[in-house]
Amino acid sequence: MAIKLAIQNLSKLYPTGEGVQNIDFHVEEGELVTLLGPSGCGKTTVLRSVGGFIDPTGGAIKVSDQDVHHLPPEKRPSAMVFQSYNLWPHMTVFDNLAFSLKLKKVKKIEIQQRVEEVLTLVHLQGMEKKYPSELSGGQQQRIALARALLLEPEVLLLDEPFSALDAKLRHELREELRDIQSKRNLTMLFVTHDQEEALSISDKIVVMNNGHIEQIAPPQDIYNTPASLFVAQFIGRMNFIKGQAVNNTIQIGDITLTMDDLYTGEVTLGVRPEDIHVADKSSVRIEARVDKMMMLGHFAEITLHTLIGSLKMFVDRQQLEQFELNSTISIKLVNFIVFKENGEVLSNRRMNVNEMV
Amino acid sequence: MWYFRTVGKRKIIEFIFLCIFMVFFFGPLLNLLLLAFAGEWQYPDILPKVWSLDWWSFVLQDESLVRSMWLSFFIAAIVTLISLIICIPAAYAFARIQFPLRRLFLFSFLLTNAFPKMGLYVAIAVLFYQMNLMNTFTGIILIHIINTLMFMTWIPSAAFENVHKSQEEAARDAGASPMRVFWHITLPMAKPGIIVASVFTFLSSLNEAEGTFLVGVPNYQTMPVIMYSIIADYPSTAGAVFSVILTLPTLILLLAARRFVGADVFANGFKMK
Ligand SMILES: Nc1ncnc2c1ncn2[C@@H]1O[C@H](COP(=O)(O)OP(=O)(O)OP(=O)(O)O)[C@@H](O)[C@H]1O
Ligand SMILES: [Mg+2]
Repeated sequence: MAIKLAIQNLSKLYPTGEGVQNIDFHVEEGELVTLLGPSGCGKTTVLRSVGGFIDPTGGAIKVSDQDVHHLPPEKRPSAMVFQSYNLWPHMTVFDNLAFSLKLKKVKKIEIQQRVEEVLTLVHLQGMEKKYPSELSGGQQQRIALARALLLEPEVLLLDEPFSALDAKLRHELREELRDIQSKRNLTMLFVTHDQEEALSISDKIVVMNNGHIEQIAPPQDIYNTPASLFVAQFIGRMNFIKGQAVNNTIQIGDITLTMDDLYTGEVTLGVRPEDIHVADKSSVRIEARVDKMMMLGHFAEITLHTLIGSLKMFVDRQQLEQFELNSTISIKLVNFIVFKENGEVLSNRRMNVNEMV
Repeated sequence: MWYFRTVGKRKIIEFIFLCIFMVFFFGPLLNLLLLAFAGEWQYPDILPKVWSLDWWSFVLQDESLVRSMWLSFFIAAIVTLISLIICIPAAYAFARIQFPLRRLFLFSFLLTNAFPKMGLYVAIAVLFYQMNLMNTFTGIILIHIINTLMFMTWIPSAAFENVHKSQEEAARDAGASPMRVFWHITLPMAKPGIIVASVFTFLSSLNEAEGTFLVGVPNYQTMPVIMYSIIADYPSTAGAVFSVILTLPTLILLLAARRFVGADVFANGFKMK
């Protein structure tokens, strides 16, 4: 696939000393790439640099191999959907949509036809005469998306377009966005701080933290093999257990685990709640007391008290009956990640039960 | 208008206030109106005994009075126009550019209206003497503009602040140059506020008497200036006729502005930020 958007060693330093550095990634044609990270990590800064609303301090931005650095926003081949206040309240939906076409001096009949077409695409047929204030938040964002689509951008930029909407609507619009993307073969750069949103819609996620990139990978890989302690903490749920590594063993309390790598020093063990299983009789196991049980829909969260600390464990809804409050059970860690003191990953592996000594 | 559609149940409270306002505002006005058409009217009577248009024909036939009316409207129009040209860019700058002295600037506008007017005018008059601006048209325009600068900057500035940056950026993104964005997006969105400010400017210029009197006599006698001599020299009916003529444009413009922009804009216009 051809690379549509390439961001090369981009940096932006604000006078306050904040900003982003070493931003380097690309978006292929027809791909949806998400910039994910906590508030203030620099996602918007990167996106607005692509749109032309921020002048970067260094680096290059190329759309279809063309450097767009010198172009003002109105000349860039990108289109942007903002978090809110997208629409112009003094214009009807039709005029909002037709604005760019009128500037391009497109013929009246064609404008009419294309507005109608794009309204159908976003499921808002017949809304031409309404004013933005007469639309719901979700409808307004749909119109904003439609307006961006009419620009026929090479890259569509979206800055938390759904974050002001309620959860159900957010889900709906996410799916619609995916539909539209596949219909139109859109190339998109999507900003969100919502990890669930990023995991569900992205082809590739760029995880950002404090102005730099932590990891670039498909959602599955981000979840299964986080590249750093930060990514592990930020995405999904994870138990963290402090331990001491000596050569190829890790000592946690009086439990000893083995690993493939050699390392000596303080380590943190990361275990996903779904990677804690009930141990069968034969295997090496950890004693645990059931402290709390919480239904979370199709699964339940169980809080365990163990000698190595408090652990969260996910079980299926049906299995919940097998657990009793304050009873003692045996558990095993099916999968864990070992992080060094500086947050880097040391080892990332699926355990064999017998390896737990 | 799109502004109307956003107004909710506030309308009811607004209506109550309107009623109170009507009594206070239209009560005296009604009295004035009756007086203007009265031939003979003695105290305990509710209505005049004899109706008459005598003073109307007197006022409308007196050449100097008619000239003063035209002069007033002409000055008000020029003042409004010039204030618009000066203040709209300034208002936009205040709304968009976050320079540190912003609040101080806005405050200083307020200050010019806080001092006793006459003191300020006398100080200005001294300056005008040195610059040969006394008894000139330019002088009058200048002294009127000093008065109108405040709301002509403040109200549109609040209106511009209500135009979000992303709304302007969305227009840039859609292919409009900065000038086009201002013309097609920012200005129309701020239009209600600008209209309100223009109406205020026009009316305050129309009713300005002290400054005009000080700078303009004897050559430039506007309606409010002449009003003094009419009240002094003629019966109160003549004054009433003249007052009605002076009040009429105020009423018409305010009602038109209200119809056009809706009440919440008036409120927005005075939001102190
Ligand atoms: N115009 C500016 N001047 C100075 N600092 C800024 C400016 N814009 C952003 N910053 C700072 O740069 C950093 C990155 O900001 P940015 O808006 O890109 O974050 P973000 O990841 O989009 O956050 P959010 O999720 O809250 O939108 C923040 O620390 C912010 O305070
Ligand atoms: Mg942001």
